[in-house]
Amino acid sequence: MPASRLRDWLLLGPGLLWLALFLVIPCAIVFCFSFFERGVYGGIDYIFTFENFQRAIDPLYLSIFLKSAKIAGTATLVALFLAYPAAYAISKAPPNRQTALLVLAMLPFWSNYLIRTYAWIVLLNREGLINTGLRDLGWIAEPLPLLYNEFAIITGLVYNYLPFVILAVYSSISRLNPEILEASEDLGAPSWKTFLRVTLPLTMPGVAAGSVFIFVLSIGNFITPDLLGGGNLLMVGNIIYDQFLTARDWPFGATLSFILIGIMMALLFTQAILVRRAQGDAPEKEEANA
Amino acid sequence: MREFKRFDPTRLWLAAHLRLVYVFLYVPIGVLMVLSFNKAGLPTVWSGFSFEWYGKLAENAAILSAARNTIVVAVISTILATLIGSLLAIGMEYRRRGAGLEAILFAPMIIPDIVLAIALLSFFTLLEVTLGLHSIILSHVVFNIAFVCAVVRTRLRSFDWSVFEASIDLGATEITTFRRIILPAILPGVIAGAMLSFTLSVDEFIIAYFTAGAGQSSTTLPMQIYSMIRFGVTPEINAMASIVMLVSFTLVIAAQRINKESVTG
Repeated sequence: MPASRLRDWLLLGPGLLWLALFLVIPCAIVFCFSFFERGVYGGIDYIFTFENFQRAIDPLYLSIFLKSAKIAGTATLVALFLAYPAAYAISKAPPNRQTALLVLAMLPFWSNYLIRTYAWIVLLNREGLINTGLRDLGWIAEPLPLLYNEFAIITGLVYNYLPFVILAVYSSISRLNPEILEASEDLGAPSWKTFLRVTLPLTMPGVAAGSVFIFVLSIGNFITPDLLGGGNLLMVGNIIYDQFLTARDWPFGATLSFILIGIMMALLFTQAILVRRAQGDAPEKEEANA
Repeated sequence: MREFKRFDPTRLWLAAHLRLVYVFLYVPIGVLMVLSFNKAGLPTVWSGFSFEWYGKLAENAAILSAARNTIVVAVISTILATLIGSLLAIGMEYRRRGAGLEAILFAPMIIPDIVLAIALLSFFTLLEVTLGLHSIILSHVVFNIAFVCAVVRTRLRSFDWSVFEASIDLGATEITTFRRIILPAILPGVIAGAMLSFTLSVDEFIIAYFTAGAGQSSTTLPMQIYSMIRFGVTPEINAMASIVMLVSFTLVIAAQRINKESVTG
């Protein structure tokens, strides 16, 4: 029917056009750039080459990728250990308080990222609140090196993304079928065993979603290593930034971005498989219209 | 639901842990807010209450112009994204298809900002578009569409499309049906989505930084904050940070109130 087709185009058309123009095409351009040579004056010479990819696996850049992955992985683990019990505690609160507790946990996530990161400079620097506090207590003589190192970066990443990890884990826990837990208990399992053998495996989709989210956003992060790493600790995001704005080697910057997106897609794909497997194995509470 | 026993140590530990997590989340923000009223302007020593730094902000021409730019960018990109994103949400929920489209819509939420930023910069450079506030607006609409669409779609999940069919069958035009049936159903989601996208746009730094082009004329507030932070810790940043955070918190809480189920997923 032509009328319904017209309606479809009116509804979907503007969005599709916008996303194609300002998301898909720009990403495709980055993909193409990664196969070209850098021009003499910083532009792009349209000569096909694999050189950028060879350079990206050079030990220098490979080690930056590995270090970024290590930092992102540590942040992910720390965030999970903080988020899981918190999400579990929220899910055990009276139902009418759960939304309020979740909003309270999510609220910082919606405030300015730069400001949230800057707050940690105020807390962690040599004359910051933590160091002066500890000194006034007489516990330390010299200020601790808390800022401009890996510790500071990981703290910043965990702080910035923790709310989302709590949300992801919570949504998995709240979907658990209480009858399964009751069955486990009725069959005589102690509560720690019910948790380890039933609750934890069934909430893995939430854990996976939260982990992938914080890992992906951490490994490609620019602001946190820039402000809390003090410029002497580089992560992939900083290298991409430098290639585009300082070194003016756009093809190489594009290659690094492309590799980053590749890592991201692989993780999302793995997560999707995990979720599908978990849903296949376990009867979850039916979601309305899911 | 399984009830905990009284004096269950696990329960006590969980409650304590949750409190500590909230302390971890709010202490850094709280410290900034308190220090913004610190008279001497030292980051650590409290020397009396003062509004001095808020006054200094109002006299700072660079900050005021950045604030104006930010509002222009946020308002225009929010209006565009709300229109486009809401239409997209209706289309996707009505048709109930578009797994590919879903993946594309998810992308702006998860792609590292820096990658989206360089992609858009490459795109604008290739087309020889002059950079400025307009290119920031075009770019911000991309991720704002994704968020508005997600919020409105959540709203439409529980919508009964047979009401829509009934209205058409009874002879109402599609426009009337949209205005009288669909719009009232999605309106809280649309308003909440608009507020969230305004917040995101006001706070966004990297994409704006890359697509703003050279020169002070298209500096936004986060770009101004970034250069101030690079310059050093000053009480002026604390004052500005407090204002920016208060605006975000107010908008997000308002959005959550208007559209109860969507903000927290």
